[in-house]
Amino acid sequence: MVTQPTVDARTERVWAELRQIPDPEIPAISVVDLGVIGDVRLDGNHLEVDLLPTFIGCPAIGVMREQIAERLGELGFVNDVSVKVTFDPPWTSERITPAGRQRLRLGGFAPPATAPTGPALIGIDQLAVLPVAECPYCGSTRTTLDNPFGPTLCRAIYHCDACRQPFEQFKRV
Amino acid sequence: MTVESAAPPLDTDARAALAELLLSVADDEFVIGFWDSEWTGIAPMLEEDVATSSIAQDEIGHAKALYELLAELTDNDADTIAFGRDAADFRHAALLNHARGDWAFSVARRYLYETADAIRLAALAASSHAPLASLAGKMRREETYHLLHADAWIRRLSDGAADGRERLVAGLRTLWPDAQEIFAPLEAEEVLVTQGLLPRPMAELHAAWQAQVAPVLQLIVDDLPAAGPSVDGRRRRTDDFGWLHREFTTVAGSEAGATW
Repeated sequence: MVTQPTVDARTERVWAELRQIPDPEIPAISVVDLGVIGDVRLDGNHLEVDLLPTFIGCPAIGVMREQIAERLGELGFVNDVSVKVTFDPPWTSERITPAGRQRLRLGGFAPPATAPTGPALIGIDQLAVLPVAECPYCGSTRTTLDNPFGPTLCRAIYHCDACRQPFEQFKRV
Repeated sequence: MTVESAAPPLDTDARAALAELLLSVADDEFVIGFWDSEWTGIAPMLEEDVATSSIAQDEIGHAKALYELLAELTDNDADTIAFGRDAADFRHAALLNHARGDWAFSVARRYLYETADAIRLAALAASSHAPLASLAGKMRREETYHLLHADAWIRRLSDGAADGRERLVAGLRTLWPDAQEIFAPLEAEEVLVTQGLLPRPMAELHAAWQAQVAPVLQLIVDDLPAAGPSVDGRRRRTDDFGWLHREFTTVAGSEAGATW
């Protein structure tokens, strides 16, 4: 008799597989550590995955959907995969895991600035842009924002005044 | 794209009204995105080449997501809505009929558009149509960057050399009346407001926008004329837009069903 893995074990297997899928634009980080996987629902052999885009116009969304559907479709207990793009909940910088922030640094990107806490933070205007970044090369915070817009929608350009290297930061949204 | 909604299904009138609203916002984002993309490669400095290209990509991305909501509502296809219509069938505000112009003209338009869009998005984020509310909430986070960009440039040009300031003033004078049309009344607005699809009427949003930007613009432009939205504010088209429309439909027009 062949024993079937339980739903929980199978869901955990799905998450383990997702942790192996790199972000197409920044392959140093997985889609799970980036926080773009909102939810995973297994109904019999049908698998549904919620994908939360970092930016609405991100051109990598299509590639991500294909890669996720392909990889998860190879799991023995999955017949078909539907990857749904949703903005509920919205992806925010806080969704990047601590491990993901470390992976970004190792990949040469500064992680998004963390939100200031306390009563000073009131509205969405203060939430978005904090011109603070830690150099991924030398760790200095003596850095200058060169451009809040960068080579992809999710990246800003900084300069490190300590080691004199330009670098990019994953933008805060 | 599939967005699930737990809300009760909309009746025929509400669907038509919502379709009109979605089309107006989507066309605004789509057309300003294409005008901005006209700066790619020729902006006054490298940073602005990157910035305007990035902003253009954001706006076209927002338009795509809105067209997809509309496509789902009307059983159509987002690409067909975006690229399969005649120029006369676009419903963007008259502000977006003008060609790119010089840099100061583009800054003037960005400032007028972004400030108005922010007020509209705040309302849409409270829409009773859940997929629209969540999309608008997400858009607001990205638009904050655009707003800061427009704000920085309008300060820079208005405080800077005479040439830049004069060009900015000329741009604001030309665009101010047409900017009002972002809040032009929608045909089925009563249905939209009654059902909470658009939680606040356009006239109210317009008043909130004017109260915010008019005092700022009065510091830059002498004798800023009184202006307000008109009923055909989203139906007037120009030769400039005809040119842009031919540009952005070139690929779709040369091969049916082309994807890129």
